Amino acid sequence: MKSFAPVLVVVGVIVALWYAAAVGMNAQWERDQAARAGSEIGWAEIVPKAMHQERPVLPAPHQVVAEFWKLTWGEEVAGRRGIVQSGSLSNRGLVLHAWVTLSATMLGFVIGSGFGILLAVGIVHNRAMDASVMPWAIASQTIPIVAIAPMIIVVLNSVGVAGLVPKAIIAAYLSFFPVVVGMVKGLRSPDGMQLDLLRTYNASAAQGLWKLRLPASMPYLFASLKVGVAASFVGTIVAELPLGGAGLGTRLLAGSYYGQTIQIWATLVVASLLAAGMVGVVGLVQSRVLARMGMAA
Amino acid sequence: MSGSADVTRRWTDWLFGLDALLMLTGGVVALLAWDVRVSILLGVWLGAWVLNHGLSLIGGRWAMRLVPVIFGLTVLALWQLVVDMFAVPSVILPGPLAIAARFGSSLDVLWADFVQTFVKGALSGYVMGCSAAVLTAIAVDRSLFLQRGLLPVGNFIAALPIVGIAPILVMWFGFDWQSKAAVVVVMVFFPMLVNTVAGLRATDAMQRDLMATYSASYWQGLFKLRLPAAMPFMFNGLKIATTLAMIGAIVAEFFGSPTQGMGFRISTEVGRLGLDMVWSEIAVAAVAGSAFYGVVAMIEKGVTFWHPSQRGR
Repeated sequence: MKSFAPVLVVVGVIVALWYAAAVGMNAQWERDQAARAGSEIGWAEIVPKAMHQERPVLPAPHQVVAEFWKLTWGEEVAGRRGIVQSGSLSNRGLVLHAWVTLSATMLGFVIGSGFGILLAVGIVHNRAMDASVMPWAIASQTIPIVAIAPMIIVVLNSVGVAGLVPKAIIAAYLSFFPVVVGMVKGLRSPDGMQLDLLRTYNASAAQGLWKLRLPASMPYLFASLKVGVAASFVGTIVAELPLGGAGLGTRLLAGSYYGQTIQIWATLVVASLLAAGMVGVVGLVQSRVLARMGMAA
Repeated sequence: MSGSADVTRRWTDWLFGLDALLMLTGGVVALLAWDVRVSILLGVWLGAWVLNHGLSLIGGRWAMRLVPVIFGLTVLALWQLVVDMFAVPSVILPGPLAIAARFGSSLDVLWADFVQTFVKGALSGYVMGCSAAVLTAIAVDRSLFLQRGLLPVGNFIAALPIVGIAPILVMWFGFDWQSKAAVVVVMVFFPMLVNTVAGLRATDAMQRDLMATYSASYWQGLFKLRLPAAMPFMFNGLKIATTLAMIGAIVAEFFGSPTQGMGFRISTEVGRLGLDMVWSEIAVAAVAGSAFYGVVAMIEKGVTFWHPSQRGR
C-alpha cells in the first residue's frame, strides 16, 4: 500500500495531460467552425466546446467513460436490443463483442498452454525433441506472428473453417511458445542435488516428473501463462480485423472506417479491462497456488 | 546430473520405442486401409526422426547443430509432399518451392515493402521510442515517489493490447510511415521504461557508497556505475521491443497505408488470392524479425560481456 498514493498521483497526471491534449488537438476544429461562421473565439469558449465534440480528434476522458457506460450498461438495460428488452445481448453494445473475443481467447489459451506444457514435458525427457524443437521455439519468439494472424484467418475461412475456431487457433499459437519456453526452463529448474536425491530413492522418471519437476516449475509456469494470455488476447483482436461479424477487433476497424473516435476509445477501454482482468485472474491463481505449495514470494 | 539423465533416457527410450512401434503399425494400417501417400509421409517423418534420435544420442557440437536443421528441412519436405501428393490448391496452401520461386521473381517489390515497413516504420519508431523511454527513466529515477507510481502503471500499460491504438494514430498521422512509427513508439515505450527503471535500481548500496567516497557527482555516478549496471535490464527491454516494433509496424498498415509495405501487401494479396506472395512476405518478416533480434543480442553480448548470463557460454 506504500505505492498507493504515488500511483494515484501518476494516474492523475496522465488524466490531466489527456485533458490538455484533448483541448489542444480539438481546438483547431472549433477555430475553423468559428472562422466559417465569421467570428473569432477565444480560449474561454474553445476549452468547454473542445471537450464535448461529436467526433473529436482526441476525446476527453469523461466522453470515453460516458460512451463506455452507454455501450455497456445503457445499451443492455435500456436499449431496445439489449438483454433486458430482447433477451439477447445487443450487437450495438460492447458486451457481446467483448464476449466473442473473450471466448475465442480463452479457448485458444487453454488449448495452447495445454499443448505447450505437454511439449515441454516431452522436450525435457527426450534429447532428440529438445535438440530439434527448442531452437525453433526460441526463434519463433522473434518473429512477428501476430502480424500474420489476419492472413491465416482468411485462408482458414476460404477452406470453410469459420467462427470461433480460427481465432482460437491464433490465440493458441501465440500462447503456445511462451508456455513451452517457460515450462522447459521450469522443469529443468531442480538442481543436481534434488535430482540425485530422487535417484537415491530409485524414483522412476514419471515419479520425478510428478513429485519434483512439475511442482518446481510452477512459478515459471505462471509467469509464462501471464505472458501467454496477454499475447493470445492481442492475437485474437488482430485476428478479428479482416472478419467482420462480431468481436472487439471488428469494432475497432469499423470505428476507424466511420471516424467514430469516441467509440474506438470505449472499445479500447473494454479491451484493456479484459486484458487486465485476465492477467489479474492468472495472478490470483498464482498467488493462491504458490501459497498452498509454500512457495509464496 | 548425468545419472538422472540416464534414468530419464531409459524410460523415454522405452516410451518412444513403443511410440515408434505404434506409429509403424499405424502406418501399415493406413497403407492397407487408405492411401499410399500417407505412408510415404509417415515414412519420411519416421526416417528423419530416427536420424535425429541417433544424432542426439551421439551428441557433440556439430550433431546438435545439425538436428534442428534436419527437423526444419523435414517439416518443409513434408509440407511440399502434402501439397504435391494431395494436390492442395495454391490458393489455400502453396508449397515451399512455389513460394521460393515467387520470392525470387519479386525481389524488387519485397525490398520496397521491407524498406517502407521495416526501415521507415519499425526502425525509426524503435529508435525514437527506446531513447524516449531511457531519457524518461533517467528523469524519473531521481524521484523515488515517481518511481513508485510509474512502475505499476507502466507494468499495467505494458500488458494492455496497445496495438488497438493503431487506428487512432493512423487517423492522426496519416497513412504514410509516420503513423506506423508512432504506433511503434507507443508500443515499445512502456516495456523499455519499466526495464530501464528497474535496471537503474540494480546497483547495491556498497557500489553507490564507493562512488560517494570518490565524491563522484550525480552524472559521474550515472554514467560510470548505474547505466552500465542497468545494461542487462535495458537489453532485455530492447530485445522484447524488437518483436513489438515489427508487430506494430505491420499491424498499423492494416488500418491504412500507402501502396507499399508488408502489411499492405499481405492484406491486398490475400484479397487477390496470391498466397505465394503472402508467404514470401511472411518469410521476409520472419527473417527481418530474427535478424533484428539477433543484432540486438549480439550488441548485448559485446556490451554486457561481464554479466554472468553472458559468461560461461
